[in-house]
Amino acid sequence: MHYTAQDIRDVKRKAIDIRADILQMIPAGKVGHLGGSCSAADITAALYFKHMKVFDDPKNPARDRCIFSKGHAVLAQYACFVELGYVDRSELPKVKTINGILQGHPDMDLTPGIEAVTGSLGQGLSISLGMALGLKLDKSESRVYTILGDGEISEGQIWEAAMAAAVFKADNLCAILDHNGVQATGPTADVFPIPNIKEKWATFGWNVIEIDGHDIEQILNALDQAKATKGQPTLIYANTVKGKGFAFAEGKAKYHNAAMTEEEYKMALETIEKARKEV
Amino acid sequence: MEKKNCRTVYGQTLVELGKKYENVVALEADLGKSTMSYMFGEAFPERYFQVGIAEQNMASMAAGLALTGKIPFVNSFAVFSSGRAYDQIRSSICIPNLSVRVCGSSAGLSDYGDGKTHQSVDDMAIMRVLPHMTVLSPMDAVETEKMMWAMAEHKGPCYIRINRNDLPVYTDPNEEYHIGKITTIREGSDVVVFATGVMVSQSVAAAELLEKEGISVRVVNISTIKPLDVAALKECCQGVKGIVTAEEHNVMGGMGSAVCEALCDSRLPVKMVGLQDTFGRSAENYQLLLEKYHLMPEDVAAAVKAVLKA
Repeated sequence: MHYTAQDIRDVKRKAIDIRADILQMIPAGKVGHLGGSCSAADITAALYFKHMKVFDDPKNPARDRCIFSKGHAVLAQYACFVELGYVDRSELPKVKTINGILQGHPDMDLTPGIEAVTGSLGQGLSISLGMALGLKLDKSESRVYTILGDGEISEGQIWEAAMAAAVFKADNLCAILDHNGVQATGPTADVFPIPNIKEKWATFGWNVIEIDGHDIEQILNALDQAKATKGQPTLIYANTVKGKGFAFAEGKAKYHNAAMTEEEYKMALETIEKARKEV
Repeated sequence: MEKKNCRTVYGQTLVELGKKYENVVALEADLGKSTMSYMFGEAFPERYFQVGIAEQNMASMAAGLALTGKIPFVNSFAVFSSGRAYDQIRSSICIPNLSVRVCGSSAGLSDYGDGKTHQSVDDMAIMRVLPHMTVLSPMDAVETEKMMWAMAEHKGPCYIRINRNDLPVYTDPNEEYHIGKITTIREGSDVVVFATGVMVSQSVAAAELLEKEGISVRVVNISTIKPLDVAALKECCQGVKGIVTAEEHNVMGGMGSAVCEALCDSRLPVKMVGLQDTFGRSAENYQLLLEKYHLMPEDVAAAVKAVLKA
């Protein structure tokens, strides 16, 4: 599909909205998963606001499904739910509070729009595969999108699911690897370097597409290619930056799950204003 | 007493469920010839997911299938389906309260030849502590069949423990069944024995031995380990002088523990028959293991006498 400059701009605006909403969820002094949510923000915007079939009713059976297997980055998804009207904006500051419906990790019972329980890493791809096969049994056209973390793929279950998805020819399943290069305690290159990731997925039987995970046009084109690919699942290997959008946090493990200072928070708000003017 | 094979009936019933419910699906991790899920695979190949030897992926996939309205039956040996996939059952299935049915086949010591790694002494304990989970442990093949029909309609996750061998049939095929049902198998007045699985028939044999000595034993089948019908349990204790629990499982954390939790204010003495915090081992046959780990009618009888002395 060809995307116009307007299409791209619209998604970019949504990605800025997502980052602005994330700031509302974790103001200065409140610990939250800023880094991984922001590295996935552009991909999430492209999914919810352009590529996926979404409806006013988050339970509409004809919808496409998006599962954050890296459940800690769910703040990006919460922002989309607010923009889509599934969750009231007043819930944003109540993330991770006793009376809020937005939990620290995805909870499908409490939060409209959440498709599965994830957060214990490594399980979301298997859940997604089960959904994809269930949808195929129903002859549904709906597709399943799974956001994986590059730290997360050390979990053995990911590779069990990777093998199985190829065996079952789950071409309605697309995994997007948010390859931000940084995990909880440091750069993946230092903590647990996994070589040849793209080659591994390809050898496991997946269609692999590499993109810049912050380039909206590349994201949308890759999602279209995945949809057009038959007989095998697709992995979109998205090169991303942890904390993308906020210079002080970019590429830093510290912001995997941390609180911003007042000064950082002010800078972050200014960054959002600047970005809004630029688009 | 007629004997019937539990896992064969499990496989046959799965096929019958498949005929009645078009959304029943089955997943298998390459033990289908033992769990008997292969029967379902032959009848409904498009609804049978052979996932290879990957129980964790299997459990989470079942969650995904349940999320699209399917009724998944997850099949493997009890040690693997409960233990290997524990966190997947916890997180993918139990937290969202999904209607996934986990079959723990070759449960307890019933896979006598394969030894410790393949014998489940802990499955009821680890499944029981999961919020939302229902834990079933049928005493015979007919009860297995009745439970499976109930499971198909049940909302929320279930774990069912299936013995590999032929067991005496006590269940009346015509009697109505519901999850949670507690059944008195043999009436008696001195001591009540709460038994589950193979230990029901062992306890009935114990009651027959004790009858000759003038001791009257009530044997009650506890086949729903969770949720326990506490009121019914208390009713079964009316008039007795003591309680014995009997299970083919570690005495820690299993059915006996559940009964003790429920009856901790009863003031009746309790003795627990079961594996005494040990793993199993290989043997030529099942009987030898039941003897070695003191799961024989004589062992239940000794426990009954001990509570009467307490």
